Amino acid sequence: MRLAGPLCAGVLLWFAAVAIAQEPVADPPAAARQRDQTEAPPAARSDIYPTYPDPGRPRVIVPENADAPPERVVAGLSSDAVSITASFDGSNILIYGAVAREAPVPDGPPLEVIVTIEGPSQALTVRRKTRQVGIWINTESLEVGAAPSFYVVSTSGPLDQILQPDWDTRYRISVPLAMRSFAGELTVEDTVPFTEALVRLREGNGLYRTDEAGVNVVDQTLFNADIRLPANLIEGDYKTRIFLLREGRIIDVFRAPIEVRKVGIERWLYRLAFDRPLLYGLMSLAVAIAAGWGASSAFRLLRRR
Amino acid sequence: MQIYLPIAEVAVNAFLLIGVGGVVGLMSGLFGVGGGFLITPLLFFIGIPPPIAVATGANQVVASSVSGVFAHLKRRTVDFRMGGVLLVGGIAGSAIGVWFFTLLQRLGQVDLVVQLFYVVFLGLIGLMMLQESLRALTAHRRPAVRKRLHQHMWVHRLPWKIKFRTSGLYISVIPPLLVGLAVGVLAAIMGVGGGFIMVPAMIYLLGMPTKVVVGTSLFQITFVTAFTTLMHAVSYNTVDLMLAVLLIVGGVIGAQIGTGLGARLRAEQLRILLALLVLGVCFKLALDLFLRPDDLYSIAAGSV
Repeated sequence: MRLAGPLCAGVLLWFAAVAIAQEPVADPPAAARQRDQTEAPPAARSDIYPTYPDPGRPRVIVPENADAPPERVVAGLSSDAVSITASFDGSNILIYGAVAREAPVPDGPPLEVIVTIEGPSQALTVRRKTRQVGIWINTESLEVGAAPSFYVVSTSGPLDQILQPDWDTRYRISVPLAMRSFAGELTVEDTVPFTEALVRLREGNGLYRTDEAGVNVVDQTLFNADIRLPANLIEGDYKTRIFLLREGRIIDVFRAPIEVRKVGIERWLYRLAFDRPLLYGLMSLAVAIAAGWGASSAFRLLRRR
Repeated sequence: MQIYLPIAEVAVNAFLLIGVGGVVGLMSGLFGVGGGFLITPLLFFIGIPPPIAVATGANQVVASSVSGVFAHLKRRTVDFRMGGVLLVGGIAGSAIGVWFFTLLQRLGQVDLVVQLFYVVFLGLIGLMMLQESLRALTAHRRPAVRKRLHQHMWVHRLPWKIKFRTSGLYISVIPPLLVGLAVGVLAAIMGVGGGFIMVPAMIYLLGMPTKVVVGTSLFQITFVTAFTTLMHAVSYNTVDLMLAVLLIVGGVIGAQIGTGLGARLRAEQLRILLALLVLGVCFKLALDLFLRPDDLYSIAAGSV
C-alpha cells in the first residue's frame, strides 16, 4: 500500500517520457494558422477600402492621395515580437516615427497622429440576463463573428475632433467599429446594447482602450507613443496601424506586425496540451498523484519527529 | 508575484492561487469532500475562464484527495470494498451525467441548471446535517438511553447482501451502487467530486460509521476526478497544468493539516462545521440567482 502512490505516478511519468522521446512535439496547426492569416487579404484589392490590416504591405496609399502623398509617415516599433514567459506581466511597445515631406509644412490646423494595435480576432457570444419568475436567466444572445481580442487606440488629440466619422468608418479606427460582423441569425431586435456591453466589459478588464493624447507630436514632424500591452494577452499576430491626419482626413497609413508568442515552458505546455492531449492528461494526473503522495509522506515524517 | 497561465491565457497572482488551493485542501482533509464545489466558484472569481476552472479544479481535487487517502490509509479508515462498489456506480453515473450535460448545453441553459442543482442539493443536505448533528450534540449532553448500533430500515431487506468488514455492515450492494450512481450523475453535471453529497448519504442512508466515511469517500473521489480530468484534457484541452500545480502545492499542505485537525475534533462538531459551510455556499448561490446581477451582459468565447 505504501508503494501505490509513487508507483502510479512513476508509471504515468514513464509513459509520458517514452511518448515524448519517440515523437517530438510538432506544431503544424499553428504554422498553418499563421499562413492563413497573412494570406487573407489579396494584393489586388486596392479598389476596396483597406479595412483589414495586412502586415505584408506596410504602406497603404489612401486613394485620394494616390499620385503623390504630400506627407508620408515613416515609423518604427521598439520591438516587433513579444514573448510570453511564465512571469509575463504585460509589455510596453514604444512607437516612434517621423513625417517625410518635400514641401514646407502646410498652413491650417496641425498634423494629427492616431496609432492602433489590434490583437487576433475571435468569435464570441454576448448574453443578456432577464428576470423570469424571480430568477435571473440568460435569455437573449448576440453572436459576434469577429471581435479583436485586444484593441487600443492612441491619439494625439480628442478622437471626435481629429477624425471625421466617414474616415473612421472607412478604416474602422474607433473601438466600437473594431468589431466586424454578426454571425448567424439575429435573434435580438437591437444589437447596440450588446455591442456596447461587449466594449464596456472588455474596457473593464483592460483589453479595449482609447487613449486620447497618448501620442506625442513634436513640430508636426516627429511623434512617439508608448503603448502598454496588458498581462492577459493571447498568443497571435498583432497589427499596428499608424494614421497621419489633417483636418479630420487620413492622408497616410503605415502598418507593422507585432508577433506575440509563448516561449519556454509556456509554449511547451501549450503545444503538448493541444498536440498530445492524452499524454498531457496523464502527465497532469501523475503530477497530482505524486504531489498528493509526496505531501502525505512528508507530513508523516514531520509528525514522527 | 504574477504568473502567466499557458492554457487559461491570463496572468494571476501565484500566491493567491496557492492560498485558494490551501483553503480547499483544508476542507478536503477535514470533511472528506473533494472541495470541487468551492474551488470552481473561487477560480471563476479570480478570472479563470469557466471551462478551464472546472477541468483544472478536477485535477487539483485528485491531488488533495490522494493526499487525504494516504493519510486515511495509515489510520486504516478506508473501506475498500465499499469504495469499489461506490466507484462502479460512480463511473456509470458519470457517463449518464455527461450525456445529460451535453443535452443541456444544446438547450443553452447549463449555467442555470447547474446553479439550481447547487442551491437545491446544498440546501437540503446542509439543513439535514445541521438538524441531525444538533440533535446528536444535545443528546450527548444528557445521557439518553443507548440506541441500537443502527436502525433496521427497508435498506436492510434488499437481496445480494455483502459483508463490509471495515464499516461493520452487512447490507445489500444495491443501496451503495445507487448512491454511487446518483453521486456520479450529480458530479458530472455540477463539475465536482461529489463528496458533499456522498458523505451524508453514507452516514444517513447506508449507516456507515463516520470514522470510515471520510476515507472511503476520498478513495472514490480520487478515481472519479482522475477520470474527469482525463476526459476534459482529451476532449476539450482545458486542463491548465501551471494553474493545477500552484493549486496543488497549496492543496496538499492544506489537506494534511485538515486531516490532522479532523482527528482531534469530535464527529458532531465536524458535521456542524460542514453543514454551516454547505449552507453558506448555498445561500451565496441563491442570492446570485435572485438578486439583480451587477452586469446583465456576459461574454462567452465561441458561438452557440
